[in-house]
Amino acid sequence: MTAPRDKLGRPVVVVTGMGITTSLGAGKADNWSKLVAGESGIRTITRFPIDGLKTTMAGTVDFVSVDPFSSTGLSERMAELVTQEALEQAGIGARGDFPGPLFLAVAPVEVEWPQRRELGRAVGSPDFTYDDLLRISGGGKYSAYHHRFMFGSVAAHLAETFGTKGSPISLSTACASGATSIQLGVEAIRRGETDAALCVATDGTVNPEALVRFSLLSALSTQNDPPQAASRPFSKNRDGFVMAEGAGALVLESYEAAVARGAKILGVIAGCGELTDSFHRTRSSPDGKPIIGCMNKTLADAGMTPDQIDHINAHGTATPENDKMEFNTTSAVFGDLAQKIPVTSNKSMVGHTISAAGAVEAIFSLLTLEHQRIPPTINYETPDPTILFNVVGNKARDARVTAVMSNSFGFGGQNASLILTREPA
Amino acid sequence: MTDTASKPGQTEVWITGIGLATSLGEGLDANWAALQEKRINVDEKGFAPFIVHPLLPVSFDSQIPKKGDQRQMEAWQRIGVYAAGLALDSAGIKGNKDILSKIDMVVAAGGGERDLNVDTGVLNAEAKGANAPGFLNERLMSDLRPTLFLAQLSNLLAGNIAIVNGLGGTSRTFMGEEVAGADALRIALSRIASGESDIALVGGSHNGERKDLLVLYEFGDFNLKNKFAPVWARKDHAGFALGSAGAFLVLESKAHAEARGAKPYAKLSSVVTDLARRKQSGDMEATLEKLWDKLPRREGKGAVISGASGAEPATSEERDFLKKHADFPVRATGTMFGHTMETQFPLGIALAALSISRGALFPPNDSTGTEIEMQGAPTQIVVVGAGHWRGEGMALVEAVD
Repeated sequence: MTAPRDKLGRPVVVVTGMGITTSLGAGKADNWSKLVAGESGIRTITRFPIDGLKTTMAGTVDFVSVDPFSSTGLSERMAELVTQEALEQAGIGARGDFPGPLFLAVAPVEVEWPQRRELGRAVGSPDFTYDDLLRISGGGKYSAYHHRFMFGSVAAHLAETFGTKGSPISLSTACASGATSIQLGVEAIRRGETDAALCVATDGTVNPEALVRFSLLSALSTQNDPPQAASRPFSKNRDGFVMAEGAGALVLESYEAAVARGAKILGVIAGCGELTDSFHRTRSSPDGKPIIGCMNKTLADAGMTPDQIDHINAHGTATPENDKMEFNTTSAVFGDLAQKIPVTSNKSMVGHTISAAGAVEAIFSLLTLEHQRIPPTINYETPDPTILFNVVGNKARDARVTAVMSNSFGFGGQNASLILTREPA
Repeated sequence: MTDTASKPGQTEVWITGIGLATSLGEGLDANWAALQEKRINVDEKGFAPFIVHPLLPVSFDSQIPKKGDQRQMEAWQRIGVYAAGLALDSAGIKGNKDILSKIDMVVAAGGGERDLNVDTGVLNAEAKGANAPGFLNERLMSDLRPTLFLAQLSNLLAGNIAIVNGLGGTSRTFMGEEVAGADALRIALSRIASGESDIALVGGSHNGERKDLLVLYEFGDFNLKNKFAPVWARKDHAGFALGSAGAFLVLESKAHAEARGAKPYAKLSSVVTDLARRKQSGDMEATLEKLWDKLPRREGKGAVISGASGAEPATSEERDFLKKHADFPVRATGTMFGHTMETQFPLGIALAALSISRGALFPPNDSTGTEIEMQGAPTQIVVVGAGHWRGEGMALVEAVD
């Protein structure tokens, strides 16, 4: 039996439950079969009018219904579904009594347009000012909107539903949020504060204003037709990311606690790393040093060397800058291996699930370890000749995979990487 | 399970830097002087009938030298970056590349201000019959400033602090109103206490002069209206007055501080947080009692700095809790600084550390008798932070032996 502690003497942290929802479907089985089949979840948006938008497609999760609809409500519902799935698999604790804290990656919350319009209509006359909106907001008619649009509301709901312990933490590190939620769980277990942690990441924010915001920053693909071909990581003709919704949940436990209760171990979070880039709000430092440092910190945290990584689940957003930067920085860390290790971007199929991406892709990485099969990067028809990754293009590939590095880079200089392995090292 | 008490073998964590920019002024001396004079800065007209505590204007240039950087931020971020810079100055590490390149950051943040003209413009046009399917899309595409999004994103407060000061460690942003500030301190403390981190910048900022926030809290009838009163005197006229403030702290392991000759204001001994269900009256009070018992033993000269907001029923439940510990003189930061949401807890920690380092608790400012005079120097101050809707936090700040 393997030691319950890692090379640095800390408790080994394992995964005993996973749940996932993306535009491909609900649950691990459905997602995995579609992912390895190279199916895209990207479609033309039907949730709201697309007239006047430059980007008209997204990876929306339309099969989960929320009434009344709000992006925060959808985020909450998806988080609930994936947590249920993860807890069922883990078989930990009792119903409504999870024996550890919750770390939730969630998109920033604000009052949304349907509710703002409801207020506007309630004023009852044109030519009103913001003060008129303010005047009619009180009196209890809209008290449900106060609760709905508290930043802590999704975490509070999950904590009460699943009985997690202590104060649930809602966090945002932009596109690295999902990875950060896992990192916080790993750290809590390593410090010995808890034997188990629930790490959830969710994002249901495909709404008009969110789409416009990213559009105005020229971050989104505008290759709307056909929508399935829009997300083109590592391709010469990539032109931006595709917004998407989804959620992922992981039950983390100390190896010792998982073994003691006879839980099935799905994988190991062998290493976590994080490094801030102070160069620019949306762009990486041109020398790539923060990302290089992030990957190196992650390897050091796992006590591993680059030659021990046999697959990279890339951030791979398909923005012109990200993919190039990711190749350059990976090359700096991995040397020639950067051109040999199979690399894939799940975002080619599920789009960029923003706050959820780090957790969604960690789960896909763990499924890759389980099935010894790497999902493809679809739409890889015209490789970018300057990105010399060994891209698993268009068709899934069987491979011996023992350790995966999963990367997440976000606005605000957020860089986070994870190393996932099948068995404790 | 989510406690962060210093345990045997864990390192002591010192508060070696404090940065404050509030409605009472910037820096420790100005805030301390205002507290001594029982000065309160409220605006009863600008947002009437709502009352807010506006930021006492500061010269942002001194902490955010590039105008271009200032333009990329909205007020809540500028206040925060400013206060964070003051905290780094106070710790004596401003510009110290060795330390700043590894300092860990945990920021408690909400979101940024909306463009009210855009919102009102869209709604007015719709009221006048603009109902084409793409109307909202087209207006947002043409009217929103492209960089406004970055001034609204929660994690871009931390991002801007990193950019302006050249920080290169880790960066985590916690959201979730009041308790996010307590959890930020809890996680930073536990990381340093366990040796995962040596030094951290922790805090938050809030712009209370925002009508979009007033709308949000008005949904729940939480805003204080018409007449200002101290927090404890609002029972029949409940509500919080939003406040503008930035409060940041530099936390550091004792060994790291001593190695560079840094002096502590105080030590942060413990931060504990929880989520009461608040389904029944007394739930929150019971949770506060539980947290109180989790703090390390208090045998010194104690006091309480409360973040009670004036909102009900939270404020009454907190008062019931405090009555059971009446031997601890209480101060409510909400009376003097307004309710600064995610920032209230870091602000409480800052004032506790400041009081300990200055050898006196600041005077009471209350008409109900809840706050009493304190003689002598406090050596142990409990900071209490109960959210207006959810979330409870508590911390123990102590004099360094």
